Amino acid sequence: MALKTWPLKKSPWIFHLSTGSCNNCDIELLDCLTPRFDVERFGILLIGSVRHADALVVTGALTRQCVPRVKECYDQMPKPGLVIAVGQCACTSCIFRDSYNIVGPIDKIIPVNVYIPGCPPKPEAMISAIVKALGTL
Amino acid sequence: MEKVIYPLFYFLIFPGFLFTGIVGLLASWVDRKVTARVQWRVGPPWYQPLADILKLLGKETIVPAGPRATFFLLAPVLGLVGVTLVSTVVWVLNLNPGSSFVGDLVVVLYLLALPPLAVIIGGAASKNPLGALGAAREMKLVLGYELPFLIAVFTVVVKVGSILFGDILNFQEFNGIMLRHPSGILAFVVAIVCSQAKLTLIPFDIPEAEQEIMSGPYVEYSGAPLAIFKLTRAMMLFALPVFLITVFWGGLHFSGWNLLWTILKYVALLVVIVVVRNTNPRLRIDQAIRFLWGPVTAVAILGMILAVVGL
Repeated sequence: MALKTWPLKKSPWIFHLSTGSCNNCDIELLDCLTPRFDVERFGILLIGSVRHADALVVTGALTRQCVPRVKECYDQMPKPGLVIAVGQCACTSCIFRDSYNIVGPIDKIIPVNVYIPGCPPKPEAMISAIVKALGTL
Repeated sequence: MEKVIYPLFYFLIFPGFLFTGIVGLLASWVDRKVTARVQWRVGPPWYQPLADILKLLGKETIVPAGPRATFFLLAPVLGLVGVTLVSTVVWVLNLNPGSSFVGDLVVVLYLLALPPLAVIIGGAASKNPLGALGAAREMKLVLGYELPFLIAVFTVVVKVGSILFGDILNFQEFNGIMLRHPSGILAFVVAIVCSQAKLTLIPFDIPEAEQEIMSGPYVEYSGAPLAIFKLTRAMMLFALPVFLITVFWGGLHFSGWNLLWTILKYVALLVVIVVVRNTNPRLRIDQAIRFLWGPVTAVAILGMILAVVGL
């Protein structure tokens, strides 16, 4: 099905979902859109509505309040869609793992396709991870 | 049999759906690429809009629980049919001015109102607060730009003394293009401003303002209906400048060097639209209405007065 996978690889639109992050990963994520990195070269756009998204980019250490929202957002994303966990918190809960208000890594709640560790990960790492994730489609 | 096949061919393949779609997608790529270059970025490759459309066609179509599914799914098709008909009628009349029929200009003006109407229906039917807000803003914007746009187009009608596309084209053939007359220049400027609003590009992208109401009327759309909306917008980017060229700038000619001129006219209009889009901030809806009903309408009326006087 080259006709179905080729456009998916060439125009992944990402929806940015923060689940209680410290804004560090979010700023690095927005860095990818700047002239220095310019992810629109690969057709990647940051879009405002989760219904248009092909990839859910999740940052932050998943607080208890965010769990129903994350589930809702995952259900609202039209399939096929990727889930990308950005940052050490989203991947492993990191230093917040013993906190009373933290549920755990993102993959406890929704299936994750790619993990990007780092605090915060570099924009290069994010671009490389998204490209690798698209290769698995 | 010919009476069925030729219109179908016109509608589906040459000036209609396929041709307008391809050129429209290329035009929207030019728009994105120039935008990227203005912002000192590299920008997407040339097949990017096509890839977007194909991807959306292949994705899941979600109909939310709230909306009326009929209107929610039929609204994008309505807009697509409208813009395809506009392109077909304008191109067929350009290729053969003799086939003009009474009131064809009025028909095209009504058809041009269909894509915004489709956005309003779709946004209102999606039963989402942001969608309803976007639909309301789109409605206000339509009220805002239709008045000066109609005055500008009817300036040409007053100047030519006929409401037929064929007569407008013949008049420009023998008396020089509309842009040689002061009234024509004023009307053209007004029409460009209004077409910016008709295409809902910055500074008039208030209905789908990405940063504040998350693409407004399109917020609940996914998959194929969203693809049709995107395609409609790309096709408008081609059909509307062609309409302006036909009415104000001598129409389309295809023999020898005239072909180059035709392409240059379209590219010039496209560049004006893209540059305006990239050098302006977004207006608020009240500012937009005040601008469109104030200075723009005043200039349009001035053009109309000049046309009545005979300039």
